[in-house]
Amino acid sequence: MNNEWPLWEIFIRSKTGLDHKHVGSLHAADAQMAIQNARDVYTRRMEGVSIWAVESQYIHASNPDDAATLYDPANDKVYRHPTFYDLPDELQHM
Amino acid sequence: MPENKLAFVLQLADNALILGHRISEWCGHGPILEQDIALTNIALDHLGQARSLFQYAADLYNALPKESQKEFISSPLLQQQSTAATEDSLAYLRDSWDFRNVLLTEQPNQDWAFTIARSFYYDHYAVLFYSELSKSTDLRLAAIAEKSLKEVQYHQRWSSEWVIRLGDGTTESKQKMQTAIEELWPYTGELFATSDAEKAVAQQLHILPLEQLKTVWEENTTAVLNEATLTTQDSKAWMQSGGKEGRHSEHLGYILAEMQYMQRAYPNMEW
Repeated sequence: MNNEWPLWEIFIRSKTGLDHKHVGSLHAADAQMAIQNARDVYTRRMEGVSIWAVESQYIHASNPDDAATLYDPANDKVYRHPTFYDLPDELQHM
Repeated sequence: MPENKLAFVLQLADNALILGHRISEWCGHGPILEQDIALTNIALDHLGQARSLFQYAADLYNALPKESQKEFISSPLLQQQSTAATEDSLAYLRDSWDFRNVLLTEQPNQDWAFTIARSFYYDHYAVLFYSELSKSTDLRLAAIAEKSLKEVQYHQRWSSEWVIRLGDGTTESKQKMQTAIEELWPYTGELFATSDAEKAVAQQLHILPLEQLKTVWEENTTAVLNEATLTTQDSKAWMQSGGKEGRHSEHLGYILAEMQYMQRAYPNMEW
C-alpha cells in the first residue's frame, strides 16, 4: 500500500548554456510542488539556475544486463571516430 | 527623534528573530524531508534578516546618550554590560518587555496548518512592507529591504501554495486550515497598526506608513483564500495588540527561555 507522493527525478542546469544534470530525486504531490521542493533541496548552495522535474515513472532506462550486447560492439570500430584528418597546429580545440 | 527610528528597526528585527525561531522549532520534525529542509531554509532567511537589522539597531542604540539607552531598554542584564551593544547582546540579553515583535510571530507552531497560516499572513505583509522599505531614503534600510524582498517573495509563494493545497484538499485538511486561518486572524491587525511615532519615522524615510498597505494585503490574502475555497474573515473584527509596545503573550517568555538560555548561562560563549 503506497501512501507516498509520487517520486520525481530532478535535473539542474548550473549555468545558462550548459546541460541539465541529474542531481537526485524527491517526493512531491504535483509538478509545481516538485519544482519548489527541488529549489529548496537541490539549489541551497547555488548549484543551479534552472530546474527540470520529471516523474520517475516516465523515465525509461536501459537494462544493465544488456550492457554487453548494447555497447561492446562499438569498442573496436576505429573508423567511426573522425581521427584520420591532419590538423594544422594552430587549431587548438578539436 | 532617534528613539523612534530605533524602535522602528527593533520591531523589524524582533519580528524576524521570533518568527525565525518559531519556524526553526520544526527542524528535524518536519512531516516530510523536503518540507523539513524548506522550513529550515525559511527560518535561516528570517534569522539572516534579523542579523542585518540587529546590527543596524545596535549602531543606533550605541549612538544614544546613556540616559536615553537606559530608558529605552531597561533589561537589567543588557544595562549591566560594560561594552557597546552588539547584534548578539540585543538578541540574547533583552527580557520580554523590551521586545517589540508583533504577537503573531510568537504564536506556537501547533500543527502544520497553524505554521502555514502564520507564515501566510506574515509573508504577504513582508512582501508589501519590504517593497515599500526598499524605496526609503535611509540607504542601509533600503539595502536590507531589497535583499530581504527576494527571500520573502519566495516565502509568500511557498506559504500561499500550501494554503491552497490544504484548503482545497481533503475534508480534514480543509477543516484544519480553516481553523488555523480563523484563530490567527485576530493577530493580523497588529501588522498594520501604526502609532504616531511610526508615522513620523515613515515620513522621515519617505515611505508609506503601514496602514496604507493594509488594503492591498487584504486583497492579496483574500484572493489566495478564495482559491483555497476557505472562508475569509471579517476585516472589522477585534484585533489583538500590544506586541509592538512590549506587552507580550505568555509564549514569548518560553521562547526566550529556550533561545537565550545558553548566552545567559555561559556569557560571551561562542561556537
